[in-house]
Amino acid sequence: MKTETMINQSVKAVTTRKRRSLTKDHIIAIAFLIPSILLVGVFVYGFIGWTGYVSLSNWNSLVPDFSFVGLKNYIYLFSDFRFQADLRNTLFFTILFILVVIVVGQFLAILLDQKIQQESLFRNIFFFPMALSFVVTGVVWQWLLNPSTGVNLFLEKIGLDSKWYTDTTIFPAIGWGKIEFGIPIAMIAVVIAAVWQMTGFSVAMYLAGLRGVPEEVREAARMDGANEFQVYWKIIMPILRPITISVIIIMAHISLKIFDLIYAMTGPGANFVTDVPGVYMYETTFRGNYYANGAAIAVVMLLAVAIFIVPYLWSSRKGEA
Amino acid sequence: MKGTLKKFTGWILVLVLALVPLSACSNSGETNSSSEGSASKEETLDIFSWWTGAGEEDGLNALIDLFKEEYPDIEVENAAVAGGAGTNAKAVLASRMQGDDPPATFQVHGGSELNDGWVAADKMEALNDLYESEGWGDKFPEDLIDLVSKDGDIYSVPVNIHRGNVLWYNTSIFEENGVEPPATFDDFFAAADQLQEAGVTPLALGDKEPWTATHLFETALLGTLGADDYKKLFTGEMSFSDPKVKEAAENFKKMLSYVNEDHSSRNWQDASQLVADGEAAMNVMGDWAKGYFVNDLNLKVKEDFGWVATPGTDGMFMVITDTFGLPKGVSNPEDVKKFLSVLGSVEGQDAFNPLKGSIPARVDADLSNYDEYGKETIEDFKNASLAPSLAHGSAAPEGFVTKVNQAINIFVTQQDVDQFISSLEDASGDLK
Repeated sequence: MKTETMINQSVKAVTTRKRRSLTKDHIIAIAFLIPSILLVGVFVYGFIGWTGYVSLSNWNSLVPDFSFVGLKNYIYLFSDFRFQADLRNTLFFTILFILVVIVVGQFLAILLDQKIQQESLFRNIFFFPMALSFVVTGVVWQWLLNPSTGVNLFLEKIGLDSKWYTDTTIFPAIGWGKIEFGIPIAMIAVVIAAVWQMTGFSVAMYLAGLRGVPEEVREAARMDGANEFQVYWKIIMPILRPITISVIIIMAHISLKIFDLIYAMTGPGANFVTDVPGVYMYETTFRGNYYANGAAIAVVMLLAVAIFIVPYLWSSRKGEA
Repeated sequence: MKGTLKKFTGWILVLVLALVPLSACSNSGETNSSSEGSASKEETLDIFSWWTGAGEEDGLNALIDLFKEEYPDIEVENAAVAGGAGTNAKAVLASRMQGDDPPATFQVHGGSELNDGWVAADKMEALNDLYESEGWGDKFPEDLIDLVSKDGDIYSVPVNIHRGNVLWYNTSIFEENGVEPPATFDDFFAAADQLQEAGVTPLALGDKEPWTATHLFETALLGTLGADDYKKLFTGEMSFSDPKVKEAAENFKKMLSYVNEDHSSRNWQDASQLVADGEAAMNVMGDWAKGYFVNDLNLKVKEDFGWVATPGTDGMFMVITDTFGLPKGVSNPEDVKKFLSVLGSVEGQDAFNPLKGSIPARVDADLSNYDEYGKETIEDFKNASLAPSLAHGSAAPEGFVTKVNQAINIFVTQQDVDQFISSLEDASGDLK
């Protein structure tokens, strides 16, 4: 009863002061937002906090044990061979993956921008891999790059003995901590699969960007005597810079927390050449029941992603204000 | 003043609007789930396992059908979770157990996985009274009962036994090259050299999932140490720095020099297939490989493939047993016990095991249901000294196994025996 009268009162209150600061639209908007704010608060931020709490505890068996151990789990992690290898692999994977996605995406987008026939057909072809799950991509590329099948039989005939993702070489292998630091060759196979899947996205982004460049700008450049290459290099590329930043941020958060592609395609790999924190976290937590160690890995992954995401959010917020 | 009051009521309205649907849906959600939940818990028996593969699913269904015949009014739900060697299922199980929503009964390997895991976490009911009322005291081998007991109480019912230390070979390759099935490490290495010279890959391995390499290592460990010393490793009576362990690691290392080059891109089925196709001569794998050979690849027992115990393990039996227990906090413990009594009966074991490809855990099962491999293995099992499997969680806690898998993954590439031994020693701190 009480709430009903209250609602009536406030409805009246709202209707009588339409032009005040809090309009009916505002109220409805806030009313609709509050449930999701609460849910996000609990299930995202609440659980981030919970993970952080577990990562500082001693819960490393099936029996929960929340005694505080400080940074013990993190210290263990950073002195661990496997985790050091993971950091090396992630660093290499992220750099190569983003670089190739940007270069190939830009290149294909410029080709598509040449007013070719059947453009939408090509657009779809490039974009279709995005519709697949990383698990499917992983399984398919695992077959394709299996050293004893497929294209490799042909490569073997012409004298190239390719090992792909079974290669355990680290190049140039500089001793660092417990690991050899360098490029894990086996990761190149994984990058190929990831690029195949995600390039469509960057093509679409760049194509949209290119279409947003007014024809007058190009015309003006041409009038000033620029050739086509200079038009793209000097005029259009700088205009596309914000798109590059978006692509980098989206790809970086994918690559820093990648799990499914690698889990399906190679697993940790011999000598952990294709292992990443996501896979390590899964195996530590759900196979070894080391919940605190797993939570510590998760926190490190979150921080790595935050390094990319937070400045971006910050700058976009400033842009709005 | 008036303005602020109005603003205030406005906010209350917002809150009320926001909370009413939220609380309403949470209420209805609760009532729904609790009414459904309690109903389903009283009536249905959810049997949790990771048996979703060809032979194992058939076996489980045969068992469930048998149970339904005897108890038609108990609703049964097959709550199997797919995924390699139970990895996914174990993750789901852990979250259900920790959320106090245990399945009616679940698959768990006898040994450390049961005793140091769920029993130590105080999540299991003792089943001594069930064993008494069913008269099972002398129906299961004593060693096996030890694997499912802790501090004198029995916690689960074994349904099958798999043998881990089996060396499978391609009979035609052995005949063509005049190689005899090896009994010792010396035999094995001699045979492997001979095969390698003949251009055949001597040993198939698929360690895309590292447990297969751990599996190979545990057989080398058992073959080098013998069953007694092998068991001492996990009770802390023998250290991993013992020279014998080093010798086992050296044997393991030498075995690795005979494996197929693409081992890290294959899983155990792919490796077994190399033997089936005649591309490799031998394969060390548990006897679920027989199920794969016979059911999936249509090979004939003893004609197309043969088997011996892995080098040095004649008369020993690396045992992997699937068991089912009664978790604490289920609402229908009597129904679960009825299921367990069917599971532990001769009929239950003979319905399940021939299809699954394993041998029965009971000593009085009907031999005529099993093929030649099964008959031989049932005989071996009666006389052999049992050793719990490390790779499959019977010998040591999951955490230790995970660390061993990691050490082995590194060893397979780096082949540094000293470093391997020292990481095993480090990991042994997790043995309780």
